[in-house]
Amino acid sequence: MRDRLSRALPLLCVLAILIAVWFAGSVAMNWDQAQDLADEDATWSDIAQATLALDRPLLPTPDQVASEMIRSMFGYPPTSPRSLVFHAGVTAWAAIVGFGIALLAGMALAIGIVHVRTLDRALMPWLIASQAVPVLAIAPMVVVVLGNVGLTGVLPKALIAGWLSFFPVTTGLVKGLRSSDPMQRDLMRTYSATEAQVFAKLRWPAAMSFLFPSMKVAAPLALVGAIVAELPTGAQAGLGARLLTGSYYGQTPQIWAALFMAAFLAMLAVALVDLTQALAAYTRGGRL
Amino acid sequence: MTTLLLLGSLLTGGLVLALLARDDRPVFRIATPVVFGMLVLWLWQIVCTGYEVPLVLLPPPSAIAAAVVDHLPTLAADFRQTVLRAVIPGWAIGSGAGLLAAIALDASPFLRRGVLPLGSLVSAMPIVGIAPIMVMWFGFDWQSKAAVVVVMTFFPMLVNAAAGLGVTGAMEADLMRTYAAGYRQTLLKLRLPSALPFVFNALKLNATLALIGAIVAEFFGTPIVGMGFRISTQAARLNLDVVWAEIVMAALAGSISFALLALLERVVTFWHPSYH
Repeated sequence: MRDRLSRALPLLCVLAILIAVWFAGSVAMNWDQAQDLADEDATWSDIAQATLALDRPLLPTPDQVASEMIRSMFGYPPTSPRSLVFHAGVTAWAAIVGFGIALLAGMALAIGIVHVRTLDRALMPWLIASQAVPVLAIAPMVVVVLGNVGLTGVLPKALIAGWLSFFPVTTGLVKGLRSSDPMQRDLMRTYSATEAQVFAKLRWPAAMSFLFPSMKVAAPLALVGAIVAELPTGAQAGLGARLLTGSYYGQTPQIWAALFMAAFLAMLAVALVDLTQALAAYTRGGRL
Repeated sequence: MTTLLLLGSLLTGGLVLALLARDDRPVFRIATPVVFGMLVLWLWQIVCTGYEVPLVLLPPPSAIAAAVVDHLPTLAADFRQTVLRAVIPGWAIGSGAGLLAAIALDASPFLRRGVLPLGSLVSAMPIVGIAPIMVMWFGFDWQSKAAVVVVMTFFPMLVNAAAGLGVTGAMEADLMRTYAAGYRQTLLKLRLPSALPFVFNALKLNATLALIGAIVAEFFGTPIVGMGFRISTQAARLNLDVVWAEIVMAALAGSISFALLALLERVVTFWHPSYH
């Protein structure tokens, strides 16, 4: 109890400070707009109050964002394109499909790299170098080109999400598949185990403790990829579309609500990976 | 004819690579990926020209190289707008502020326990999404892009530097005490230097993040110059060779800055065990 309190108290204090700063920032940033809208004889406190309740504030207050989130999440049925849940679902689906593609492709490539020396020497340096390249820049082109070939909907977005999250999965798995103790590999040899058996009984279990951390990096990346891929399609659906329409029409509460929704999805994704990790550990007797 | 050429190139390329990969000498370790890269470019080229893949689908490397040469003034202007005006200042300010914040947090365990969990939470979030807000606050020009970059680079540096400041062992700290060194001296002579590998890690990570942030922020509105602006508008017009030329520039900017940082890291943290 004491331990939990000593961890929660600093966090709560910092959160309280952040919210206070946010309110103060709202007053300061919305001041000019509120002053323009106010009557001639408005007092300072009238204007200050008005800054917290503008329709299109430069910085909406925390409670404005919260009420916009509640309104757009629960005010409409989840299938309506006006519902935030609908847009979050569209983006999450693209991210999940992309993450699945990334996992499969990353596993295939990592297994190839670990077992085929030529692949390791020829491809691995490029994989590492690709970390320094802003791959997200290709998103608009991929979406437009695939749209031209007739591929629309979830697939172009999923491909970008997958492309982005593929690198951490691959490099993490390559490290993991190589992490088994050479002694144990020698032991497997003395058992005259085949390459497939060594993989299934030694390499793969040893790679698990590397796979989950890289999945935790990759999952939010898939989300970023899906959101950015929604920008060039002319903003039809998804959180990226909400950001874009919000910025076109100056609907700041809508932008902030979409942003918080994206943050929530990212947290959810990381929590899901944690859960899978716990399940995997449980099925294997409590340790990875 | 093309199919024959393709199969032949694949076969010879694969054979050459397999031979190269057998040798462990450093020359061969560099030659293998280089040959692989050239093989990929060559296959890309013959597939595009041989099967007459439409330019709006995938331009061949030769067309991309020609586009780089043809559009050099435009590319240079975009580079100036995006990299020199938004990425580099934003990266420097964001990383610097993150480092200073980590040092400030270091003095107060209470604040550290409050801020660090939030910091690592935020650094796993899709921060690029703040781009429309920054465009609204700081206008269409490079200032809003630099602001996005500042926010994106701040948190990874904060988290990494804070972790780096925590790595010094009790032995070293005791030694500093026997020297009667104060907090400042311990920080400057012991803890900051030993945090440097972590700081460089964040700097390298941030170099890529900064480019992504600036390019994506330009998708939300720019003056008519900039790499992200060029990529999104020319992709919509199906001028894919120009888009690819911009991507080549972005990739070059990313890998060159990464390489420079890695070089600097080697020079500054020469004492680190990973270089022995």
